[in-house]
Formats: sequence, structure tokens, C-alpha cells
Amino acid sequence: MKPFDQKLDIEAILNDLEHYVPRRKGWTWHKRAGRQKIGKFEFLDMSENLKTSIGLPASHAFDSIDPQPKAIITTEIASGRFEDDIRRMRMAAIHGADHMMVIRTAGQSHFDGLIEGTPQGVGGIPITRKQVRAQRKALDMIEDEVGRPINYHSYVSGVAGPEIAVMFVEEGVNGAHQDPQYNILYRNINMVRSFVDAAESKKIMAYGQLAQIDGAHNANATAVEAWKVTPELLVQHAINTTFSLACGINEENICLSTVPPTAPPAPCVRMDLPYAIALRQLFCNVRMRAQMNTKYMESSVREATVTHTLNLLISQLTSADIQSTITPDEGRNVPWHIYNIEAIDTAKQVFAGLDGINEYLKIDLDNPQLKAEVRQLKERAVLMMEEMLEVGGYFESVAQGFFVDSGFYPQRNGDGIARKVQGGIAADTVYPRGKDYFAPVTAHFGDNHPELYGTDDPVSVISGCTFEDRSKIIYIDELDETDNVYLRLEETRRMRDQGIVKPEMEWQHDGVVLLTMFFPLSVDLAKAAALSMAKQMNLQETEVIHTEIMHPMEGTRVEVKGKVPFEIEINSLKIEEKPKMMDEEQLKAAVIAKPFKIIAATVGEDEHSVGLREIIDIKHGGIEKFGFECIYLGTSVALSKLVDAAIETSADAILISTIISHDDVHYKNMRKLHDICLEKGVRDRLILVAGGTQVTPELARRNGMDEGFGRKTKGQQVATFLVLRRNEARG
Amino acid sequence: MKRNDDFDTRRESLKHLSDEELHHRFWQLSQQLVRPMIELAQTHTTPSIERSVLLRMGASSIEASAIVGYAMACGVMSRGVGHCVIQVRDHYGISLRQSIEQCCDEAFFNKHFSPGGLLHETV
Repeated sequence: MKPFDQKLDIEAILNDLEHYVPRRKGWTWHKRAGRQKIGKFEFLDMSENLKTSIGLPASHAFDSIDPQPKAIITTEIASGRFEDDIRRMRMAAIHGADHMMVIRTAGQSHFDGLIEGTPQGVGGIPITRKQVRAQRKALDMIEDEVGRPINYHSYVSGVAGPEIAVMFVEEGVNGAHQDPQYNILYRNINMVRSFVDAAESKKIMAYGQLAQIDGAHNANATAVEAWKVTPELLVQHAINTTFSLACGINEENICLSTVPPTAPPAPCVRMDLPYAIALRQLFCNVRMRAQMNTKYMESSVREATVTHTLNLLISQLTSADIQSTITPDEGRNVPWHIYNIEAIDTAKQVFAGLDGINEYLKIDLDNPQLKAEVRQLKERAVLMMEEMLEVGGYFESVAQGFFVDSGFYPQRNGDGIARKVQGGIAADTVYPRGKDYFAPVTAHFGDNHPELYGTDDPVSVISGCTFEDRSKIIYIDELDETDNVYLRLEETRRMRDQGIVKPEMEWQHDGVVLLTMFFPLSVDLAKAAALSMAKQMNLQETEVIHTEIMHPMEGTRVEVKGKVPFEIEINSLKIEEKPKMMDEEQLKAAVIAKPFKIIAATVGEDEHSVGLREIIDIKHGGIEKFGFECIYLGTSVALSKLVDAAIETSADAILISTIISHDDVHYKNMRKLHDICLEKGVRDRLILVAGGTQVTPELARRNGMDEGFGRKTKGQQVATFLVLRRNEARG
Repeated sequence: MKRNDDFDTRRESLKHLSDEELHHRFWQLSQQLVRPMIELAQTHTTPSIERSVLLRMGASSIEASAIVGYAMACGVMSRGVGHCVIQVRDHYGISLRQSIEQCCDEAFFNKHFSPGGLLHETV
């Protein structure tokens, strides 16, 4: 695959999957680049640049640099169709994500065994060998495009953890969530079973060098007042970390999933910082996977983005080895493509902007209040563990509802999640191993008796298992003839083969669009008006997904989603012609041959002169550079004055710049300029050009200009136009 | 259980600990809490663990589910289901793959591993 020049061919990826061998196993951390020069700037703490990437929108003003954060950047993908998720992964990777976390379909935790084939999921995909292998294969290609390894990740939990762990090692999955406490508290899977399974899962993950992320952050999302569960979070992290170390996972692959628990309008940074510090001090030998807050996400993507930006500030001030991103639309729908990219860009933007700031800005760890709060959290956690031991240990304390209680421990509100030791899903499925217990495989946890076969190497009894010899893996393609990727691809084949397109948020051909509007109505009426409007626009399956009151009486902001009922033929589309560009030497020669004089100013009540100066000034690569004589009259200049100056100096052209666009004042000024030139009889001999960020070339022409120039215009473009237009006029 | 925040009284035993001592105490308690679960995991198995063993031995997920189901019914989980497959392999002198396929036959499995069956007792 050559960068940029072709779409991913999903069908080619599915082809011959049976024989696909992943490139590597295990997690890859970033190479730290240290101090480095990127473009004009020195960066202190970013990682290596990508081979191919798309920078932030403002990067064009900074020589298109795209500095990448030192933390691994995670994006979570959960559309339900793995084939569409692959395209989203490619978009995410080129924006800077190198950890693709695939959410599982609802209910997979309770599925007793591996799922096979490619059935569609709900809020995630069924994690099967085929889907995993296809996505890993695609990511191997995407890695080549961006030029760095991409970590692929899902979940080792539920009642099939050890089997999923085996499949993940075989298929080159690089990281996984694994925490038996998650099974117990949030999936009501029997606690004894969960811990026995977890030991085997962790041993397998250790063998495969997968990074492990724990599940403590879920308490934040579940507790009534998320900031009060912080002592318990320290306990949950400790239990999973200690258990994981005993199962053989290296400290460098143990990642704590931690979320700043509070959000504005609470004074969240000050409240969340002591917890972030206590955690990093207690767990100084393992890694931090910083997650963004989800508990207090409503339907405003702006609000979510600001909360997440504050979360990133905490990551910057403390530490984050992996920075997860939460799509800002998670509060209103299953995330869409564009919001994965927004969330990645938010992280990239904040970390670039804050690069090196820790050199100047340090947390005052000697501040008595901060110190006391950090200490207090640790003490509360220690007290909780002491009481857990007093009541009989971990299982008994879960049974007594110690966890996810809304009290700030040792306060208890009696609303914790209590589970019975002998209860839950898959209770009574734990069997003692006998003296004749034997498992002839690699990476098996606990008692095993290979000596029964005269050896101390269990796997020698079968001459190697799938971990040593992958030819032993049995690959199952599809099991369900009515629910698989081939049928889904058939439904959208026309789109790919016949050049038809629909707007898309989640799945190919879904037709979903988002409309933002304001109604001068109260919220209920505004919602009804928005739906009525969407219906009149012929949108289908319409739904109001966000409202914000601007004033209870004066109006409401509304966002509506819906599906368009039509398709667009790509061949019928007209692309606006790219501006012609003469090279520097040609331009200079043309102006030497016949000198060219222009009059320039910003017009109306507009003081914004930066854009115009860039088009004119020699030091910004403006048209002066090519020999144009430029007479700059200043800002907010009256139109008639410009025309008079042009007549007086025998100028060839007038350049006006206008940024302010309220009430289309910029277009009105263009029309007026044209009319004045007509009145004075000079329209034929003057070239009129208008520029500005809100100027559309076609509308400028319609309003009497020879040409209009919008955002990102360069002086060379304007110079080219002027020279060519003068040549045309001369015939 | 409901309880007011009595942190100030409870912390009496901790307040004289240095930060290092508190750190040490935290990890010591964590070890104590986890130890019984580690012992439990060392000495027990589950259907998922056994299915994961069979997968590593070269069974498909469908075969692994079937065989572990039969082993639970026959009460031979304690020896390990992978072990059952090895016993069949060795008893008949067949390949590992052939043994896996044989064990997927419920009648065959029961004949060998149900109480009184050919291989019910470990050799």
C-alpha cells in the first residue's frame, strides 16, 4: 500500500486470511526522542515523527509539522462492524493513534467459549479469531503507511478469559484488559471462577508479552459521586497488580487504568490531583494508562472536550505512559468516525502545546494541604485493606459490599455492589486439580504433573503446542450463513463498484448526517421544530441528540441526526478547479516586461490586516517579491478613496481584504467597489480582487470581482491571477 | 452497612508511620489479600482453563467446548481434559489430532471416561 493513493481493500484483506501470520507478538512502547527540532521549533519531550501523518488544522501555519506525543495514544473503536472499524483505524493512525482498542459486543462476557466467524455486534464487535486476524492484518499494512508499530487491543474477561488469551497470543494481539474484579463487580461472574481463570489468562498474557490494563476506572463511572471511591481505587489497583505479578506479568506491562474522577463545574483539577499523585507514588514501578472522564459526559461535545483537556493537563503534570482518548460524542451515541479523530487530535494538540512545560511548572509536593490529602488517601486505602482482612479476605469483603460504595472510605453508605461468594454466573464451575492433573502446554499456571510422563517440560509430551508451532491452530472461517461480513459487503458492493457515495458516520452507506441549528424557541418547542425541519428536509430516522438552552425564552441550540434517503454519483460531481500557479521566474519576467502597480487596503470597518500583509509583503512571500509595486492604504479605507487612488496612480489592480462577514457585508462591499469603478468609467482598466477567510471565489465573482481568494491563499496565487488576467485583457 | 466517616479515629494506628512505612504497609496488605486467591488458582481448574489447554493442543474452539463438556459430565476435570486426550492418544497409539477428533465423539468419550470406563481411573 502506498500512502494516500488508494483505499483499503477490505475484500483483499479477507482473502487468504487462513494463512496470515502476524508480524510480531507483544506490546511496543514508543521510542523517546528527547530534545528534537521539528520544523522551526525545539521540542523537549515528544516521540518520533510519523512517516505519513495529518497534522492539526493550524499546522499549515507552522510548516505543516505534526509532533507526536510521548505517550501511546489510544482510540476506542466500537461500531459493531469490524470491516468498517478497519477504515476508522487507518484514519486514527494517520492522526497519531497507535493503540487501537476494540470494544467487544454486548454480552460477550457471558459467552461460554470463543465466538467464531464475523457476526455483527452491538456497541462493539464479537471478538473472534477471524475478526482479530483481519484487523491485525490490516494494521500491519497501516503500520507501513505511518511508519511505526501499532498496538492492537481488546478484552480478556468474562467466562472465556483463558481461551481468549490463547487466541490473542496466537493472533499477535498486543494488549488486553484483564482484571477479575471487573468480572465480579460489573458482570456478576462468580468471584472464585474469575480469579482462577484470571491466573491462567495472566500467565498466557505474560508469555505473549501483552500489556495489561486493569479495570479499576469502572468504579469511577459507576459510583454515585465518583471522587469518593478514590481509596477503593487504590485497593483495586493493588489487588490486580499483586495478582498479576504473581502470575508472571512484568511490571513494565502492567498498566493501571486511571481516570481523573471529577469534572467541571467542580474544581476538578485541584480535587483530582492528590489522587493522581498518591496513585503514582504507590505504584511507582508500573505504568499509567490515563483514561478520560466518562462519568460526567452529557451530550455536549464541547463540554466533553474541555473536561478531557483538563484530564490531559493532569496527565502532563503527573505522568501517562498510555493516554486513552474518549470520543466527545460518547454521551449521545455509539461513537462516530469523526469523533475518534477529534479525540485523538485533542490529545495531540494538548500535549504538543504543553511540551516541556514541566521544566517550568512543577507540582508543589511540599504544599501542606496537598501533602496531607495525598497521605490521607493512602491511609484510607490501607485502612480498607486492613478491614478486608479482618472480615475474612477479599471474597468476604466483596460479599459484604465493600466495593463501589458511595462513601469516602471508611465512610460507608451501604450502596456498594455486593456479590455472593458462591453466586453469580458460572458459580460451581471450579474444580480441584488431582495428583494426576496434567496439562501438556506452555504458559500454564499452577500445579501440573509432567513427571507422570517422565519429563519436567509439559509441552514436550505433545512436541510443542500452538505457541511453538502455529500450524496446529485450527482456523474457523464462518459459522453463520445469515450473519457474516460477506453478506454485509454484498449490501454495500454497489457503493464501491459503481462510484456511488452516501455521507457516513459509522458504517459504509449509513447516510447519517448531523445538523446544528438555533431556534428562537423554548427547549421543547425547539426540539419539535428541529424534527419538523428535518422531516421537511426528507431526512429519515431523525432524532434530537443535543439541546442547550441559550435563554429559556429567547432560544435553544439543537442538534439533530438523521439519514439521507438519496445517493450521490461520484462521476456527476464537479470539483472546483485548483488555482493556476506560475513559477517565480515567470512571474518576475512578466512584471519586468510590463510593470504592475496595485492599490491595496482593508475595507469597511475592518481592522484585520494580517492576511492582506501576507499577500503583499515581500518578507511573507507576498507579491512584492515578484516585482509588483504595492501601494498599501491601510485599514478601514473607504471604497471611493481606493478607486481615486487607483486612478491617480494609474494602478492596474485594486486588492481589498475583508474579514468581517456579518450580514454578508464583505460581499456588499465588493458589489459597491465594482459599482464605483463603473460609475467612474474605470472598471474596464482595473482588475478587482477581494480576499478574506470567509470569501468564496464564486460568490466574489458574482459580486463584481474579477476574482476572490479564501483561506490559505498564497501571494504567488494572487500574482499568477493578476498577470494572467492582464494578459487576457490585452488579448 | 452504613457508617460515618471515622477516619480520624481509625488512623490512630497509622499516623505515626513514615511515608515509607505506610508504602510498605500498603503492599504488605495487598500481598496478604491476594495470597489465598493465588493458592486457589494453583490448585484448581475451570472449563475455560481446560478449553484453553485444548486450544493450545490444536483443538478448534468447537472441539474444545464439546470435549470439556463431556469431561465435566464424566467427573474427570481433576486430571485435566488435555490429559484425557493424551491418555486416549497413548492408549490407541494414534496421533494427537486423531485423539482430539475421537474425543469429540460423546459416546466414545463416555465409554472411556465415565465411571467404570476404560480410562476412568488414571493409569
